[in-house]
Amino acid sequence: MDNENVTGKIHSFESLGAVDGPGIRFVVFMQGCHLKCKYCQNRDTWDINLGEQYTVKQVVEKIMRYKNYIVASNGGVTLSGGEPLLQQDFVISLFQELKKQNISTCLDTSGMFTITDKIKQIVDLTDIFLLDIKCINDETCKWLTGSSNKLELEFAKYINEKNKRIWIRQVLVPGITDKEEDLLKLKDFLKTIKVEKFEFLPYHDLGKYKWEKLGVPYELGDLRVASNEDVKRAEEIMEIK
Amino acid sequence: MDFKQWDNFNKQGEWTKEIDVRGFIQANYTPYDGDESFLANVTEKSTKLWNKIQDLYKAEREKGVLDVDTKTPSGINRYEAGYVDKDLETIVGLQTDSPLKRAIMPNGGIRIVEKSCESYGYKVDPEVEYVYHELRKTHNDGVFAVYTPDIRRARSSHLLTGLPDGYGRGRIIGDYRRVALYGVDVLIAEKQDELNILDTDEFTEEVIRDREEIHDQIDALNQLKLMAEKYRFDISKPAQNAHEAFQWTYFAYLGAIKDQNGAAMSLGRVSTFLDIYVERDLKNGTITEEFAQELMDQFVLKLRMVRFLRAPEYNALFSGDPVWVTESIGGMGIDGRTLVTKNSFRLLHTLENLGPAPEPNITVLWSKNLPEGFKKYCAKISIATSSIQYENDDLMRITLGDDYGIACCVSAMKIGKQMQFFGARANLAKTLLYAINGGRDEMSGKQVAPKFEPITSEYLNYDEVIEKFDQMMDYVAKIYIKALNAIHYMHDKYSYEALEMALHDRKIRRTMACGIAGFSVAVDSLSAIKYAKVKVIRNDDGLAVDYEVEGDFPKFGNDDDRVDEIAVNLVKTFMKKIERHQMYRNADPTLSILTITSNVVYGKNTGSTPDGRKAGVAFAPGANPMHGRDSSGALASMNSIAKLPYEYSEDGISYTFAITPSTLGHSEEERVNNLTSMLDGYFMQTGHHINVNVFDRSLLIDAMNHPENYPNLTIRVSGYAVNFVKLTREQQEEVIARTIQEKI
Repeated sequence: MDNENVTGKIHSFESLGAVDGPGIRFVVFMQGCHLKCKYCQNRDTWDINLGEQYTVKQVVEKIMRYKNYIVASNGGVTLSGGEPLLQQDFVISLFQELKKQNISTCLDTSGMFTITDKIKQIVDLTDIFLLDIKCINDETCKWLTGSSNKLELEFAKYINEKNKRIWIRQVLVPGITDKEEDLLKLKDFLKTIKVEKFEFLPYHDLGKYKWEKLGVPYELGDLRVASNEDVKRAEEIMEIK
Repeated sequence: MDFKQWDNFNKQGEWTKEIDVRGFIQANYTPYDGDESFLANVTEKSTKLWNKIQDLYKAEREKGVLDVDTKTPSGINRYEAGYVDKDLETIVGLQTDSPLKRAIMPNGGIRIVEKSCESYGYKVDPEVEYVYHELRKTHNDGVFAVYTPDIRRARSSHLLTGLPDGYGRGRIIGDYRRVALYGVDVLIAEKQDELNILDTDEFTEEVIRDREEIHDQIDALNQLKLMAEKYRFDISKPAQNAHEAFQWTYFAYLGAIKDQNGAAMSLGRVSTFLDIYVERDLKNGTITEEFAQELMDQFVLKLRMVRFLRAPEYNALFSGDPVWVTESIGGMGIDGRTLVTKNSFRLLHTLENLGPAPEPNITVLWSKNLPEGFKKYCAKISIATSSIQYENDDLMRITLGDDYGIACCVSAMKIGKQMQFFGARANLAKTLLYAINGGRDEMSGKQVAPKFEPITSEYLNYDEVIEKFDQMMDYVAKIYIKALNAIHYMHDKYSYEALEMALHDRKIRRTMACGIAGFSVAVDSLSAIKYAKVKVIRNDDGLAVDYEVEGDFPKFGNDDDRVDEIAVNLVKTFMKKIERHQMYRNADPTLSILTITSNVVYGKNTGSTPDGRKAGVAFAPGANPMHGRDSSGALASMNSIAKLPYEYSEDGISYTFAITPSTLGHSEEERVNNLTSMLDGYFMQTGHHINVNVFDRSLLIDAMNHPENYPNLTIRVSGYAVNFVKLTREQQEEVIARTIQEKI
């Protein structure tokens, strides 16, 4: 099958992504996610049966309309979601087409996948990874996402071996993902790979209404959002800046 | 010509032989491609002065106006010298004899002056009333003497709206630099020469008018000299140093704002010109960088104090007491050198030294070739202050060369060589409704346009609507130009801008600057009729008063060619209809898609439209997509607007854009880089103009209370973006609360 005709389920597009990788990035939010993160801001992206179907050709055409901005900023395209690695054929075809146009590719993923041949192919086609480390403490990770962090740590090591540009992010949830011993452990882990950028994303509950809209209870309920002080404290523990 | 004041200047070119400010700049300026690290802080003197002015602002805010001189119709030299605090002022000169005291300018119209005074608790002096009611005709009297019934109807039904028939037209930029470079005597001699040229065998009406105007111009220049004398400056000769160059230039501008209460009184492009004097003094060692910055800060403080007496109705059109002291900086020269100088930085730096302010209206002429250091500094100041607008130099330089400036918001003109007849705007959303209703007004039911067959079907048919809309636009274009010709004939006759025109060449290009309001509403309405089903709701009288849209349709602002093409065609069609008419003084017709803040008033007076917008709801400003309908992100919105053809809308295409700092990036460096790239990209797509708002707390609060003004305000919250105005009140308050924490 031609790359151009491969289809993917897409939640939405964002023409101006300025915080999803370097430069200005066209962001494709893929539909579907296999994790069950309690703090998810995009609860409406979980169900793979929702979303709209697009061909790679249609998506590339959309992207090309923004080439001036992408080139001017040394930006590119970021696949986010949802979890883009649930639609691996689409990712491969789209990234192959973008490579032909000299557009930088970035993948925003949890990395919770076994390294298969297809994943290896995707890693080859990806310039930058935005890797979401949920929590270095596996018990917390399981509680928070329903999955163990074992695969994502393996994934991090693999892309590091492949010399990929890596940005690591962790959502800072007060009282849950900000425990000192965990942060120190995370710091040790990050020393083992070459990270271009590490960021805390302060937890907020602005996506709560999406859960309510779907009639699903929002488990974190009244948990307080992360303040600047929380971030500062965590950064001090991690000795960032 | 030669003057000792010109020592050390490069005399190459024509500028010493004739009036040629551009030639002087090109021969003498020093392009600067570095960063902002050379800039100096505000001096104590400027800070003290600024504090005093802010105290006056406070008193002014409480009273509406600080004071009004109701006795003295303003003119270039009708007031004694005035000061805020003589010892603190490096640049002197006020519009009246006291700071922020407003002058009356009844040549435009006595009634509007009376109304303005009354609304602030003042009464116009009886003698002035006698003179202007009984003895002296005004611009306003003249216009209404000749207005036809159809113009009056179109005006009162808001089909044509904001016309400058009761207020000063403005949008004329004198070349204020000429006073500093040549001194007033040379300018008078030049004008005398022009009178000789106009001593012709055939004494036609045109020649007589030109001679009278030039006579008045010479008179105005003499008055300007006398005005400066009151401040103990002799400006008959050229300025001899940077201090004098700033002062001379300001005096020239001050003369203009004493003479005219124009809707927009723009400054032009003076910074790089003045930089030449600053550079010379710095090289001579006669001034320091601190003093150079003080000159700029104090010059800007004067510009922040410009005030006009205006009626509350006027404020409804143009809210917030704006005067559009627009100063254009940046841009590239036609020889490829940048026109950015250190003074371009110093002007931007006033926003740091003195804090953000709407005036002067700082306009950056953007080119992809601008030096990186300047681009980044602009972006940095934009992010911090939301006080800068940007316009596409690469686009405008093609037709306007490299010495043009912006009048008001978007209207580009060659400095000293071009003026415009400001034409406000025609309401195309209403025009469409008239097409459906056979020329009857949808709100009053009155027959405003000539009667023709209304549409009677239950559902609107695209071809039928287009045919009738086309005819209605023919009619609107016709009465629009009739009205504008009358207005500008009378403005020239009764309220001629003698000083501003004295700072122009004799032979100038005149444009008739027409405009469109309700642009995106009209476009989306046509799209709805074409791509969805629009059902007409009629009242008992058979008047279409509302519409029901069944199904979805492509909306302007989403980079969707189906509707963007309708938008492009609408601009072209209306422009071509205007071009068919004969313009006053053989002006070249131009078009703008710009509403400033009047989109609210226009919307208020326009009934429900086929796009689903309800009666009275505000239009989107300028060329902006209708509120909340551009749902595909900021760049999609920009792409749609960039498609609008500048060639058919040479007076400007205005786009107002708001973005949050966190959307632009997490770190300041990221934000600066991304904003710079966005501007590069937008202008490469041939976008013409963009207002960049990067919010701070107060902007968010404003957005919460006036969501209609912030259709694109996006907040990005770890991995996802939400449209701020779509958040619930509580969520908005929460975000605002967090922002406050960040400030502390």
